[in-house]
Amino acid sequence: MAHDASAHRDEHGHDHKPHGFVNRWLYATNHKDIGTMYLVMALVMFFVGGLMAMVIRGELMYPGLQLVEPEFFNQMTTMHALVMIFGAVMPAFVGLANWMVPMMIGAPDMALPRMNNWSFWIMPFAFTVLLLPLALKVFFGIGAGGPAGGWTLYPPLSLQGGDSVAFTIFAVHMMGISSIMGAINIIATILNMRAPGMDLLKMPVFVWAWLITAFLLIAVMPVLAGAVTMLLTDKFFGTTFFSASGGGDPVMFQHIFWFFGHPEVYIMILPAFGVVSEIIPTFARKPLFGYKAMVYAIASIAFLSFIVWAHHMFTVGIPLGGELFFMYATMLIAVPTGIKVFNWVFTMWRGSMTFETPMLFALGFVIMFTIGGFSGLMLAIVPADFQYHDTYFVVAHFHYVLVTGAVFSIMAATYYWLPKWSGRMYNETLGKWHFWLSTVFVNLLFFPQHFLGLAGMPRRIPDYNVAFADWNLVSSIGGFGFGLSQLIFAYIVWDCVRNQSLAKAADRVWEGARGLEWTLPSPAPYHSFATPPVIEDRMLAHADVAH
Amino acid sequence: MGVLLARGRARRSGNGWWVGRVPGPASRYMDLNWRRVFRMGGVMKRIGTIYLRLASAALALGFSLPSLAAVERWKLNMTPGVTEVSRQVYDIHMTILWICIVIGVLVFGAMAVAIFRFRKSRGAVAATWSHNDKAEVVLTIVPVLILVAMAWPATQVLIHMADTRNAEMTIEVTGYQWKWGYRYVDSDVSFISSLARNSDDTRQLGSGLSPDQVKSYLLDVDRPLVIPADTKVRFVITSGDVIHSWWVPALGWKQDAIPGIINDQWTLVKEPGIYRGQCAELCGKDHGFMPIVVEVKPKTEFAQWLAAQQNPDAAAAAAAIATTAEPVAAAAAPGQG
Repeated sequence: MAHDASAHRDEHGHDHKPHGFVNRWLYATNHKDIGTMYLVMALVMFFVGGLMAMVIRGELMYPGLQLVEPEFFNQMTTMHALVMIFGAVMPAFVGLANWMVPMMIGAPDMALPRMNNWSFWIMPFAFTVLLLPLALKVFFGIGAGGPAGGWTLYPPLSLQGGDSVAFTIFAVHMMGISSIMGAINIIATILNMRAPGMDLLKMPVFVWAWLITAFLLIAVMPVLAGAVTMLLTDKFFGTTFFSASGGGDPVMFQHIFWFFGHPEVYIMILPAFGVVSEIIPTFARKPLFGYKAMVYAIASIAFLSFIVWAHHMFTVGIPLGGELFFMYATMLIAVPTGIKVFNWVFTMWRGSMTFETPMLFALGFVIMFTIGGFSGLMLAIVPADFQYHDTYFVVAHFHYVLVTGAVFSIMAATYYWLPKWSGRMYNETLGKWHFWLSTVFVNLLFFPQHFLGLAGMPRRIPDYNVAFADWNLVSSIGGFGFGLSQLIFAYIVWDCVRNQSLAKAADRVWEGARGLEWTLPSPAPYHSFATPPVIEDRMLAHADVAH
Repeated sequence: MGVLLARGRARRSGNGWWVGRVPGPASRYMDLNWRRVFRMGGVMKRIGTIYLRLASAALALGFSLPSLAAVERWKLNMTPGVTEVSRQVYDIHMTILWICIVIGVLVFGAMAVAIFRFRKSRGAVAATWSHNDKAEVVLTIVPVLILVAMAWPATQVLIHMADTRNAEMTIEVTGYQWKWGYRYVDSDVSFISSLARNSDDTRQLGSGLSPDQVKSYLLDVDRPLVIPADTKVRFVITSGDVIHSWWVPALGWKQDAIPGIINDQWTLVKEPGIYRGQCAELCGKDHGFMPIVVEVKPKTEFAQWLAAQQNPDAAAAAAAIATTAEPVAAAAAPGQG
């Protein structure tokens, strides 16, 4: 009802919003509608993957097995990762790109709207296929459940899975196609549809980050597709790509997988850099420090991501020269990453800061992502990695960069742009509660995992010696608290979209905000810029970099 | 009295990151966590040894202690281990950790100052500058120098670790779902090492048994790997099914066991003792239940043990003697496991 009413309210006089659910959503070609669908799907998958995490933390709360069998525990860790990476974090960033890139560069829509439709609508089907074996087992007792060999799908273990292997691989193929099409669309949009005056080096850093991310996606998703196809034929058609008994090599899979996998982790963090680089200048009321350095840093990180893959495999028995090369290359990533962190701090320096919810999440990001960066640097040191590898230290590391990094930046972005999307201000008090509860609990959840790993607890185990009991209990309490805190987030978003009595948002929602998206009305009209805007440098966040 | 004292000291000394880089001399009864007790010096060592004897006697008589004191809880940091390599690894770990902490304090400190001083509510007016080439160059070069300073010692340790030459004996380690096979390549001795029975009973879903009551819960095996002290031992590591990873933290490294590939690593433990670890690579449903126990014996005792393994008929008496003294039950008894 509510959106029927708003569909008739014609903001710009040329608002041709389609009527009816099928026309509006299934046949969607509008970048905002598709962006909304991506974001909603990401939120749903965030809770699905979160429930799996609750099972994991529930089982690990005390030593001994209390809740689930080890096989089911392994299915939980495997599916938690697949769902969170491919279902929550990546689609959330694609959703943000769909919503914001055309608005930030002065374009009417994405360059390839029908392909945009397809790249979204593949996703719900991909996740149905991925989750089906697990759901059949859990709800109907049919079959053996989902994949249990870890999200990295290492053979020979992953090939011991039953029919779920075929489901997983088919789902990965579909997600790959979706990601590649989404990436092509973003590149085509950014390179072809910028309004006159939006030079490449005046683009928002978020747009830059997504341009580079899209190239990473196109480069590595086919690599993953190749790796899983070889798994498929090894499993069902008698090939031996990864079996030594037939002349293959299990380690080759790991090389191919991580050639995809390391750029993949930057696919999940570069857009986060972009988001934070938009938010901090807004709330510091001061231009981003070192815009060009920020762009070049993102590009360098993207390049380096292709030559560091074997740091995930230091213990497989790589020759000394190889280990040294991958150690040095990995350590080098600290330089551009350091530049980014320093520049965010310089942006705050001598600013005039306020601390609305988006800024709180962005500041939380800078601190906690940097902690994840420190542990990443430690993991790069090969001799030390011989101890850290495959322990909870690694689990702590990648959850700091992915949860307090990528996920926090997605939350920051949501609070930052939500008033522009809905036309109303969200509940700021609840937003602050959401931030503080999340921050306290997420640190209770993940910081003790550093200690567990250093004390000798391997990852992916359902039970442990009593020496690890205390920090696991703390971590589980943090986990439940963090999980519950996210219900506040879901409520705030729902409230902001549906509650008509909330205060109407101004066009320039935040006092210090600059950039083309803030020149549009709130809520943003159905079609962004039907005619290219006349751009003046004072409208842009990063226009003063040319000198 | 001595018992209480030893336990109190052990707990207090156990929590700091900074405590003792170099472990003191170890007794052969020593479990990993008890090394900290012995670091207190000679008197403490004797008290600790007495306590351990009492504890193992109590266990042998069938008393179950309410809490097994050898477990060090709330542990924060990596073990310095018991080999030269493991101590080098630990030192590198601590070096990088402190470098990261110092950088973190500087960066987060600057952020904190900015957050408190340059806030609008205090009337701060935003400056308009947006770049400073000199600062950016400095903040690129300084991190590079820090990285070089880290990479240098790391490279040296790595080269040292990679040198498996001149080993005095070779042991083949084979991972299986979900146990370890050991073969003494030069002496035709081989056996399988699996999770100890009491841990296995306790870990079943709904067993009703408490892990607190099991000594070295999930870290104990039916037959430990036995190696000689003060000997460079080379491990060749492979797998019979899926990928596993052989990891004993006190030795300072883990190495993947991969079907069709033979990896090698080495260790040299000066002092006898018992060191525990686990499989570190996901290998299926019982990945969490294939521990590793390495028992380091003095050279002469090791030679006796090996001879007994090679000639099981003559071994019964020797094994029986050894068993009563070993914390690992039935460690050397032939025909078990």
